[in-house]
Formats: sequence, C-alpha cells, structure tokens
Amino acid sequence: MAAITLTVNGKSRTVNTDPTTPLLYVLRDDLELNGPRFGCGLSQCGACTVILNGAAVRSCTLPVSGAQGKSITTLEGLGSVAHPHVLQKAFVEEQAAQCGFCMNGIIMNAKVLLDKNSNPSVADIKQALANVLCRCGSHLRVIRAIQRAAREKA
Amino acid sequence: MRDTTISRRELLKGTGALVISFSLLSPLSRAFAQGAGATNLEPEATSLDSWLAVAADGTVTVSTSKVDLGTGVVTALSQIVAEELDVPFHSIHMETGDTAQTIDQAATVGSATIARGGPQLRQAAAAARQELLKLASAKLQAPVEKLTVSDGVVTVAGDATKKTSYAELIGGKRFNVKITATGTGGGMKVAPEVIAKDPKNYKIVGTSAPRVDLPPKFTGEFIYTADVRVPGMLHGRVVRPATVNTKPTSVDESSIKNIAGVVKVVQEGNFVGVVAQTEWAAIQAAKALKVTWSAPEHKYPSTKEEVFDYLKNTKSARDQAVVSRGDSDAAISQGGKTFEATYHWPFQLHGMLGPSCSVADVQANAATIWAGSQGTFNTRRQVASLLGMPEKSVRVIYREGAGCYGRLSPDDVPLDAALMSRAVGKPVRVQWMRDDEHGWEPKGPAQLLSVRAAVDGGGKVAAWEFVDRSFPWTENGNPLLAARQVGHDATSTGNGNGNGGGGQIYRFDNQKVVASMIPWVWPDPMPLRTSNLRAPGDVARCFASESALDEIAALLRVDPVAFRLRYLADQRIIDVLNAAAKQARWNARPSPGTASGGSKVTGRGVAVANRDETMTAAIAGVEVDRASGKITVQRVTLAQDCGLIVNPDGVKNQIEGNVIQGVSRALLEEVKFDASGIKTLDWVSYPILHFPDVPEIDVVLVDRKDLPPNGSGEPSLVPVPAAIANAVFDATGVRLREVPMTPERVLAALKAGPQSSELLPRV
Repeated sequence: MAAITLTVNGKSRTVNTDPTTPLLYVLRDDLELNGPRFGCGLSQCGACTVILNGAAVRSCTLPVSGAQGKSITTLEGLGSVAHPHVLQKAFVEEQAAQCGFCMNGIIMNAKVLLDKNSNPSVADIKQALANVLCRCGSHLRVIRAIQRAAREKA
Repeated sequence: MRDTTISRRELLKGTGALVISFSLLSPLSRAFAQGAGATNLEPEATSLDSWLAVAADGTVTVSTSKVDLGTGVVTALSQIVAEELDVPFHSIHMETGDTAQTIDQAATVGSATIARGGPQLRQAAAAARQELLKLASAKLQAPVEKLTVSDGVVTVAGDATKKTSYAELIGGKRFNVKITATGTGGGMKVAPEVIAKDPKNYKIVGTSAPRVDLPPKFTGEFIYTADVRVPGMLHGRVVRPATVNTKPTSVDESSIKNIAGVVKVVQEGNFVGVVAQTEWAAIQAAKALKVTWSAPEHKYPSTKEEVFDYLKNTKSARDQAVVSRGDSDAAISQGGKTFEATYHWPFQLHGMLGPSCSVADVQANAATIWAGSQGTFNTRRQVASLLGMPEKSVRVIYREGAGCYGRLSPDDVPLDAALMSRAVGKPVRVQWMRDDEHGWEPKGPAQLLSVRAAVDGGGKVAAWEFVDRSFPWTENGNPLLAARQVGHDATSTGNGNGNGGGGQIYRFDNQKVVASMIPWVWPDPMPLRTSNLRAPGDVARCFASESALDEIAALLRVDPVAFRLRYLADQRIIDVLNAAAKQARWNARPSPGTASGGSKVTGRGVAVANRDETMTAAIAGVEVDRASGKITVQRVTLAQDCGLIVNPDGVKNQIEGNVIQGVSRALLEEVKFDASGIKTLDWVSYPILHFPDVPEIDVVLVDRKDLPPNGSGEPSLVPVPAAIANAVFDATGVRLREVPMTPERVLAALKAGPQSSELLPRV
C-alpha cells in the first residue's frame, strides 16, 4: 500500500492503495466516481476511458501509479445534469443512447477528438470511435450528437 | 454516491415500526409519508395505492415491476400514465422493479411491456383519475360530468374560478380505494371496467417525449447496478470451471496468501468465490487462486458440426405445428419442381457491454439484493429458494445494468453475491469479469432450419415445409449457475423454443411449419447453456425462411418484392413491405442483378417479418468485395408497424439499435467452443460491429392509431440478417446459408459458385 496523490477533475486527491491497482478501481471505489465504467478490463471496449493529460486512456489497465502527477479528467469533470458540457447537452438533444453504459467511453473520446479537431467529418468521428464499443446500436445518434456539439461549440 | 434506498437493519428486522430517516425513503414511501405514514405492508394489486401516489407537490409516483433495460420503455410508460391522468409528463416519477414496492406484473421480457404492462398502468391511472374527479366533484360541488382536467388541475366547465388540483385533493394521502385486479403477472387485468381515454384525444402519448433516464447517463450521475455501494460492502469475484458441476478437488488457499486484503475463499459445494476488501484484491485473488477441477463427467460437443449433427439426429422433445394446412408432403411429391435447402445459425452472445453485477446483503433472517434482473420477482424467488428463506424475507431492488437483450432473465450473479455475503456476514458486491460473462452467459442457441417447397407448372409455390430444429431458448429448467454448483435446483423460470416458425406469414395452399425442440441430453448446465436472446428464435427462422423464399423467387426470375406480395396474407405486412420498398426506391427486377466487372459489387435484398403482431420489412443495400470477401452493409431501410406509437423517437431508437445489432449478428458473431468450454472469451475473439462499419439507417414508422400499442424492443431485428443475405445474393449470385457471413464464408461461396440455377425436377 502506498499513498498516491492524483489530480482528478482539477482537485488533488490522495488515496492509500496498492500502486499496481488499475486507475479505474481507484476512481470508482476510492473516489466514488461512476463515470468511468468496467466493461472488459482488457482495454477492448473503452467504457473505462478517462482523459489523462489530454489523451484518452483506458483506465482499466493503467496502474494508478502511472497516473500520478498527471491531470485526470473523468466524465464528471465535463459537466453535470445541472451544468452540462456542450457534448453532454448535444447527446441529450439527439437522444443518443439506449442503455448508456458505453457513453462514458464515447463522450470522453469525443471530447479528445473535438479538442483536436473542431469540425470533424463523419469519417473522422467513426475513426475516433473505431475501438469504442456500443452494443445497443446508438452509433448514428452518437455521430449526430458529436456533430451537433461541434456546431454549438463553434 | 451511495445507494441509500433502504436502511436494511430497520426494514429487514421485520419487527416493529419502520424507523428510517426521511431521505432514505423511496419516492412512493415519501409521497405517503407526507400524509398517512409509511408502512411496510406488501403491496396488493387490488389497492389503488399500490399503483400510484400523488405527493403534496403534485408529483405522481407510479410503481411497477416493469423495468427499463435501457430501451426507454419507462419513459413510454410514464407517457401512458400522464396521458390518462391528465398531468404533465414531467410530473411522473416511476418506481420500478423493487419487490417490496411493486406488484408483480411479470418480468420485462419479449417486447411485452408496452403491450401488456402498459394497459395495466393505464387502467390504474384511469381508476385514479375517476377517484380524483369524485373528490373534486364533492369539493367543488359540481357534477363529475362538468369537470375538466388539465395538467392536474380540475376546473368546472364554464366557471374558471372553481378549480382545485390533484395535489390539493389527495397530495400526500392515500386513496384507500379498492380496484379490480384479476389474474397474475402479464395477464393481470387491472380495473378493466374503468373507461380509459379515447386514443384520438391523446396529447402526450404519440409524442417524442425525451427519455427521463438519459441526462444522468451522460454525466456519470446515473446509478447502475455496478454503482451501488452500501456501507461495509466487500468485493467478490467468482472462480468458475470450464464446465459447471465439475468439482473443485482441491483449493489451494496458500496460492493467494501474498495478496493483501483477501477476506475469505468461499467454497460451497462446487461453487468457489473470493471475497476481499478491495475490488482489485478480489480480481487478483480470483485469478491467482489455484483450484484443481475434476474432469467433466460428460463429453460435451467439441465442434459446431457436432452441435448441428446433434440437432439433426436427436429425437425432439416437442414438435409444435405452427401451421398445418393442406398436405405439403403429397404436394411436394406431386409438385412440378422442388426446392430444398438447409440453413445454419450459430450460438451467439447477448454480449452485455457491462458484465453481470449484483450487491447482496444477507443477514440471518433476511436478505437485500440489488440487481439488474429483468424479473426481480424471479430473482427474489431464486435467492429465497437458495438461502432457504421465505420470499417475503428477501427484497430485490432493481438498478439498471448494461443493455442485456434477454440475458438477465435469468440473472445469475445475485446468487453468487448472496452465497458470498452469507459466507462473510457482510454486504458483498460481485461483478463478473469479461471472460466470466462471455464464457458463462446463457447464450442464444444454435438453430438448424430446413425448407422444402414445391412449385407447380404455373410457377406458383404449391407447398411449403419449414422445420426449425433448435434447443430450448432457456436451458431446461433454467437453473442458475450458483444454484447448480451448490447442488440446489433453483425454481424453474421456464423453457421452450418459442411458438414461431418460418414462412407462416405467407399463405400457400399446402403448408407445414414445425418447431422441433431438441433437448440437451446432459444433466448439467454447460457453457452452451441458453436463454432468450432478443426476438428469440425468430431471427434465425426469418433468416432461413426469407432466404428460401428469395431463392425460389430468383429461380423463377421474379422480383423479390413482387414475389412476396403474391403470397402475403396480412394487409399490415403488405403495407410495411410497400412502405419500405417505396422509401428505398426499390428497383423491381429479379435477383441477382448484373454484376459489374470490378472487385466490388453491390446489391439489395428484402425480408419481412411478423414478430408477435409487430410487422417489419427490411431492405438492405450491401457492397461485397469479391477479392477480400468482406460484406459492407451500406444502408438499411426498416419499416415497422407496431400499432399505435407511444413515443416515435423511442421506437426509432429501438429500430436503429436492432438494425445495428442485426448487422453485427449477421456478419460477425459466433460463439466458438470445444469440449472444454468457450473459446471466444473477449471482444477480439467475439467481435461486434464497430463504428466504421455501421450502415446508414432509414426508418419508416407506420403509425396505426386504430390499433393498441405493441412491442418494439425486438421485432425490427428479425428481418435484418435475411435482408443482408438476400442482398449479398443479389450482388454476387451466390447464396450464404450460414451465419455469420464472414469473409471466409463469402470467399468459399464465391469459389463454389451458384448453388443451382434451376429448381430441382421432381425425382
């Protein structure tokens, strides 16, 4: 066990944990952040995605020690129902989900995409989400929501 | 965020009054608590108060055992209740799936929630409205006939100053009114004598009300099953063998002694699990724990060929004649020409994106379970049976899981959690790992489907014989894994292989459609255990029957749409087929089309289906790369008639999802296995459709305001694989009779060439 200090959604948080613990479990169980989700534990589905120093990373396989000193943003860090991020708002407007379990991965990857490319094409969006899985089949709505967010952000 | 729905100690002692702080009460209790005070009496269907409550602020809390599985159905139910009560849609709060707070209206299965649960809630709301108008009549001293209601405000016609509101009339108080409720579950008739609103006056039903569950799902504020945390909770993981009911001959606890935080290795019968202080410790320990399993007592199928041989050669347990008209045997032996083909459908996964998860808190005489079960009352029965408790001592609280498409009926993991919680005397959260879920979820079963048809001299289909040989949709008796492992047969939640068939939507003079249920002979559940997978059975049946019909149309050189219209009997299917053809600008001509010289060829295909009286027609446009064998589905047009549409955007959302899942299942999905177990244990070995391969989707809604609303969660998946297979034929001239239509199979089919260019002469 070790004391590990993380910067999560702009705040400094210290947890006492096994440093090999994947970041996901620290975020969920120690910090009670439900945005990042366990889908596979294998970096295959994307449900656990967080933004680490501007890059989308899969927190289910990243040891928490590797996140020390870096800026971590989770879905909660984007916004809330009361004060939604432009992406979250666009997803509501497009009704872009069914069960919503994959939405963390989709929105976090979309955030990184829009930060780099303010006007992505459909092909850009599909490429950015190529390895994020959605089982319910909300893909087309997701694409529309990201396009809407890009428009409204502009 | 902690889940504080229940204060377990107080509620579950079962003695004395409830002492729960206000914030811990559920909305229904909260509504009552403002008035007459909460009780923990079991709800009764004949009490109006069991169905809904009006709070002092006018909020209407509705209790239902129907749950949202991520399809948005609870939003639609809210619309139905708001409509009937004449209250704003946003004033409805749904309390779903809590066995202590709801009436058992049957599990959320089979696209039946709107069709069967909807009328139950509508009638309860109509009964409440009737009661509220009685109260208003007394208060305003005006006859009921003179009262109008808008947004929960009752006004005397012609005198706008005379008014009151539902909140003033009953807010925070019980109705204390008995209503009629006869029958049980989905068949329960609730207040049937109360006259409900005429659908032509609907203002809320029929609109695309935004889903109530979505905003917090985009922010991390939504509480899924996996997010439930209760004080003192530990983490558990299961350790499963390759085939269940092999025995752990040795469990070497020293193998995990270096992992800090392990609380207990739980072994009960053949069940093995690990409980730890932290999730990571539990994961590591479950992985590292050295367990030696005995060899399986039975030899399980080691290839899919063995499974299909088994389906072909095993005596069926039940033959259900879905259609039996004329004498198809005689007609086929006398017919001019005959057609015969066999189609294969593989085992497929539900593939929940989030694996099974549950939290259990088992005390000496009572238990609380948080679960994503489709039927929380089924789960309650199964947990109570396993623990040897009366059902009333077990409370199952619903929290939504990942979309499950039939997988959480049955829901295995609450039993795992209950066993582990009982063993450590503390609440335990158990989440399956990805390989647990891929390996042990009960799967959509393989199907072997065969068609024989005869065509007379005039090119008319004179006989049609369709036989589906398949496993029960739910494993025989449907025991849950942990129950089997501890030697306890949990209560059956049913089995069967459905009552659908192939080609029964067409009318042929001689027609025989049979569903033959082939049982597994092994006494133990195996990794190829089964359960209902979205539109169970019908997807494969439609794939076979609509492919066969297409093959016959092609052999007769008739346009596939025109050919279907010759034999369709139901005007509603005819209408959806025409609607889809119009929208897709169907180019009438026989298949196959004329392939261009290049590597990439395109084609279009059609299929139609009737799934429990929801009608669908799919037209797929595909591109096939003859060099690589890859099929790209470019566009799917899907027309659907599900009766009166409660929420058009909700229905569209379901259709889009079904089309995408249908494409995925048609092109990519197959569970692979050998005798030692499942080999496709992750998303790489069992791929699903990724973003770049998702087709454009064009939805056509055929709204039938003259019909009652019917289900929409499953039906539009049914025709999709068949439409794709028919489009591939149209593009290439070769026929794929086995799913998934992988590049390897496409290349093999192209190499083999067209199956035959003519109907077989009678021999």
